[in-house]
Amino acid sequence: MKIMICPVNGPRPVSEFFCWGEIRPMPDPDTCSDDEWADYVFNRNGAPGVKKEWWCHSASNTWFIVERDTEKDVVLRTYLYGEAA
Amino acid sequence: MPWRLLRFALSKKHPEPRMFSDHPQLKSSYDVVIIGGGGHGLAAAYYLARDHGITNVAVLEKGYIGGGNTGRNTSIIRSNYLTPEGVKFYDESVHLWQDLSEEFDLNLFYANRGHFTLAHTDSAMRTMRWRAEVNKHLGIDSEVVGPDFVKRAAPMIDLSCGGHAPIMGALYHAPGSVARHDAVAWGYGRGADMRGAEIHQQTEVLGIDVQGGKVRGVQTSRGYIATNKVLCAVAGFTPRILDMVGIQSPIYIHPLQAMVSEPLKPWLDPILVSGSLHIYVSQSARGELVMGASLDPYEVQSTRSTLDFVEGLSSHMLDMFPFLSNVKVMRQWAGMADMTPDFAPIMGKTPVEGFYLDGGWGTWGFKATPVCGKTMAHTVATDTPHPLITGFSLDRFRNFSLTGEKGAASVGH
Repeated sequence: MKIMICPVNGPRPVSEFFCWGEIRPMPDPDTCSDDEWADYVFNRNGAPGVKKEWWCHSASNTWFIVERDTEKDVVLRTYLYGEAA
Repeated sequence: MPWRLLRFALSKKHPEPRMFSDHPQLKSSYDVVIIGGGGHGLAAAYYLARDHGITNVAVLEKGYIGGGNTGRNTSIIRSNYLTPEGVKFYDESVHLWQDLSEEFDLNLFYANRGHFTLAHTDSAMRTMRWRAEVNKHLGIDSEVVGPDFVKRAAPMIDLSCGGHAPIMGALYHAPGSVARHDAVAWGYGRGADMRGAEIHQQTEVLGIDVQGGKVRGVQTSRGYIATNKVLCAVAGFTPRILDMVGIQSPIYIHPLQAMVSEPLKPWLDPILVSGSLHIYVSQSARGELVMGASLDPYEVQSTRSTLDFVEGLSSHMLDMFPFLSNVKVMRQWAGMADMTPDFAPIMGKTPVEGFYLDGGWGTWGFKATPVCGKTMAHTVATDTPHPLITGFSLDRFRNFSLTGEKGAASVGH
C-alpha cells in the first residue's frame, strides 16, 4: 500500500486521502476576459512533471500541499498551505 | 495447412510476408503524418487510403502497434450513450464494426453478447430510463429491464449483491459486443499498408515544426519529415504532443486499470456493467473474465498498476458473483486515459493549421475506433470537420458548450 505523509497526522495509507488537482492561480472573475476564465475553469497541464497539488486527509479534513512527480508517482514533499520554505 | 507449416519449418527465411511491410528509411516528406499507431491512428490511415485516395501517409509509433490503449482496454463495443451527439457517433461505429472482419479478411472474434448496465439505486434507474429514451429516439436497441431479466441472462448473479447494493433493474443494450482488440490494430494496419501507407514502429516524435501557425514538419527519433498535415492520435500522450504545438487543452491523465482471471468454462454470456460497484466484466473467448473498474483516483502518467485496484475490484466482483471466491487473478495492467471534463472526446481541427486532434478518449475509445478513423480521415482530407464530430471540437470548452457524457461513458462516479 502506498503511504502519504500528512503534515498533521504523519504517514497514513493513501486510500485515506483524496487529490484535488494541481494548484492553479484563479484570475479575478470581475476583471478577466471570458477566454481567461474558460482557460482557468477547463484547461489543465496534463503533461508529466513535478507538480504542486491540493490533497486532503479525509478522516481529519486536513488540506495540504503535495509536491509530486506525476510520471514516477513519487511524493517529494508535503506541507500545510503557507508553510513552504 | 500442414504443408505450409512444414515449409515454414524448413525455410531459412520466413516464406510468408508479415502483416506489414518494413520500411528501413523514412521518406523526407509525406502528405499526412499520423502520430500514434494504435487502432485510431491506423484506422485513419486506412480510411485516408480507401475513401480519399491519400496514400503518401506515415504512421509513427513510439513503441509497437496496438501496444497502447488499443491493447489495454476491456474490448467492449456499444452505443447506448446519453447525448444525441454521442449516440449517433457510436451507433455509426457499431455499424462499421459489424462488417469489419469480412472487410479485413481477418477474424476479429466480434461477438454480440448483449450489454447490461445495472442500476442499484433510484437515481441510477432514472439515468437508465433517460438513456433508454434518448437511445430509442435515435433508433438504438436499448431498453430498461427488471431484475428477473438480468437473472435469466446471467443466472450466477447475486441480485442482492451481498445485501448492500440490490439490483433494481438495468439498461439492456442488445447490440453490445466484444472483439479481439489487438486484431483490430492489425486489420487496419494491414489494410493501410496494402494501400500504400507506411507504418513506422519504434519511431518517436520529438517535436513538431510549426511556422506562422501552420504545421511544416515533424522531428522524429529517426530524422526530420516535412509535412503539412499531422494527425495526433496518441491517447495518454496527448498533452505531451499538444505542448509541442503550444495548444492548451483540458485533458488530464489518470491510469485506468484492468485484470483477467484464469480461464473458466463459459458461464457468463452478456457484458455486465455496474456504476455503483464500479465494475465491468465479460468472459472472453478464451474463458478469462475480463474485468475493469473506475479510474485511479489521481493523476499519473505511467502504466503502473496497483494491488489496491485488484483488492477493490475483486471484492466488488464477489458481491456480484460470490461463487468466484476460489478463482485466481492471472494478470493486471493499466493504460493512460486522457480524460476530459465532460467525458466526451476532443476531435477535429485545432488553432494550429494542419494539426488535427483525435484525443480525449479517456476510458471510452476502443468502441469508437472505426468511426474515429473514418471521421478523422474525412476531416484531414477535406480540412473540414466531419458532421458526426462537430459536437466534439476543442472550441466547446472556450464557448462553455460541453457535451455532457459522464452518465454513460464511465463507471466511476
